[in-house]
Amino acid sequence: MSPLPEANDFFGWVAWILEEYSGMLLAGAWKTMVIAVIATAIGCLIGFAVGIVQTIPANRRENPVRWFIVGLAKLIMNIYVEVFRGTPMMVQAAFIYYGAAMLFNLHMETFRAALLIVSINTGAYMAETVRGGILSIDPGQTEGAMAIGMNHMQTMTNVILPQALRNIMPQIGNNLIINIKDTCVLSIIGVVELFYNVKSITGATYAFFPAYTIAMVLYFILTFTCSRILRAMEDKMAGPDSYDLAMTDMLLGEGTMRIKPNRAETNADYRAHKEHGRDIGSREGGTD
Amino acid sequence: MAEVIIQVQHLSKTFGTNTVLRDMDFTVSEGDVTCIIGSSGSGKSTLLRCINLLERPTTGEILFHGVPINAKGSDANAYRAKVGMVFQSFNLFNNMTVLENCMVGPIKVLKKDPEQVRQTALRFLEKVGMAPYINAKPRQLSGGMKQRVAIARALTMEPEVLLFDEPTSALDPQMVGEVLTVMRQLASEGLTMIVVTHEMAFARDVSSHVVYMSDGVICEEGTSQQIFENPQNLRTREFLSRFTNR
Ligand SMILES: Nc1ncnc2c1ncn2[C@@H]1O[C@H](COP(=O)(O)OP(=O)(O)OP(=O)(O)O)[C@@H](O)[C@H]1O
Ligand SMILES: [Mg+2]
Repeated sequence: MSPLPEANDFFGWVAWILEEYSGMLLAGAWKTMVIAVIATAIGCLIGFAVGIVQTIPANRRENPVRWFIVGLAKLIMNIYVEVFRGTPMMVQAAFIYYGAAMLFNLHMETFRAALLIVSINTGAYMAETVRGGILSIDPGQTEGAMAIGMNHMQTMTNVILPQALRNIMPQIGNNLIINIKDTCVLSIIGVVELFYNVKSITGATYAFFPAYTIAMVLYFILTFTCSRILRAMEDKMAGPDSYDLAMTDMLLGEGTMRIKPNRAETNADYRAHKEHGRDIGSREGGTD
Repeated sequence: MAEVIIQVQHLSKTFGTNTVLRDMDFTVSEGDVTCIIGSSGSGKSTLLRCINLLERPTTGEILFHGVPINAKGSDANAYRAKVGMVFQSFNLFNNMTVLENCMVGPIKVLKKDPEQVRQTALRFLEKVGMAPYINAKPRQLSGGMKQRVAIARALTMEPEVLLFDEPTSALDPQMVGEVLTVMRQLASEGLTMIVVTHEMAFARDVSSHVVYMSDGVICEEGTSQQIFENPQNLRTREFLSRFTNR
């Protein structure tokens, strides 16, 4: 061990802690990131699942059984969302961790408990975000999908959620950043993440200010890096502003390829025309 | 005599206390081009949406090849896959390119082979003059182009009937022509179509059957000649004179 700095030598203490405890700090930061990233991802999946259920259309008169089941599912989802948004995550952590131990004799490994708690908590927030994201999509998109025969699930996964996902990317990023910071409350159940380790360091050194300064900087580096990465991802998802004109000759290289329509023998002459289809409609220019 | 595809029988639709359609009856046979005309609010869109089950009829029956499709337990999605719809506001999928818009239905709903679907989609995009734009996203296209893609999307499903709800009403005048040209071509090829439109010239020239609606009932129907040259009903005459006097 290198010699201890003077009690009021701030930079000396910072340097000393970094030298002595860098492994512990990095391990803590890594654990924090792993929990935040995985739990945010799982939370998003939960949020999407809940959001899909909450937007299932059900008509009491048309199909009462389905209406009842869907209604019950929506009620359960609503209770879940309200309870987990309406209580502090720190209390939820203790409640679930000690509750599992006492009621079910289930002694969770702290890391798994951490993932579970942060995921469930994030899911409750994401559910509302996803529902809002789904409702913000033009109803014409749903009608377009229904008109070609898609069911609710197909409409959601192919048309609505990809658009909703793009719209709610900023909130997903927000959730990730909140989770990076809020994993520190998990120290209550003994999860060894960044805050837990910083606390241990202050317990051993009593260098509170230098240690928490380092914690501030580390947390900020984590959140700032993530927000930049997410911003870049958002830009990428927005897609390019231009598109390439396709050369039709290339596309239709095997233009003589025959297509076997597999529908009933209706519109026979219409189909005959299609097979030798002529090109109509204006084709001039890139902009009308 | 061509086979009857769709029969609407005693169809009524009520929104709350507002009865929008009452006791509608009409029949569409294979190869028919049925134009539905009528003033705003007369229930044309509602009728079309009932035929495609985007709205549930309150009472009455819709038969598809003689089979009731709004009965309990019948598969609405499978039916919709056979009856295409082109909307006034296009409703192209914003998250997909032009080509993907056309391909997603046949692949996901009809479970067809993607390569085969691709060829079909390209052929219909070529037909509507949109083949060069297969990589474009809807937001990059003009209204007329979007509507032509929407028609190609519907055609790629190879529907038995294609419904159009005022397909040119949201378009600038110079783009109306390009869409109507496509529709004329489809009609001449024998595609069964039901078209709600305010384009009287199109209705007069292209339709085999014209339905004039007013206040949720069919006021008069007949061949294009009967309706446009010798309308019997006073209201039909009034309605048509508003168009011809312009
Ligand atoms: N979802 C709905 N809820 C309540 N009323 C509706 C609904 N949809 C339509 N209506 C009413 O039904 C009537 C007929 O509407 P519809 O859209 O079918 O008319 P339209 O003939 O298509 O008119 P336009 O030429 O303006 O498109 C209108 O009075 C409208 O207000
Ligand atoms: Mg309308």
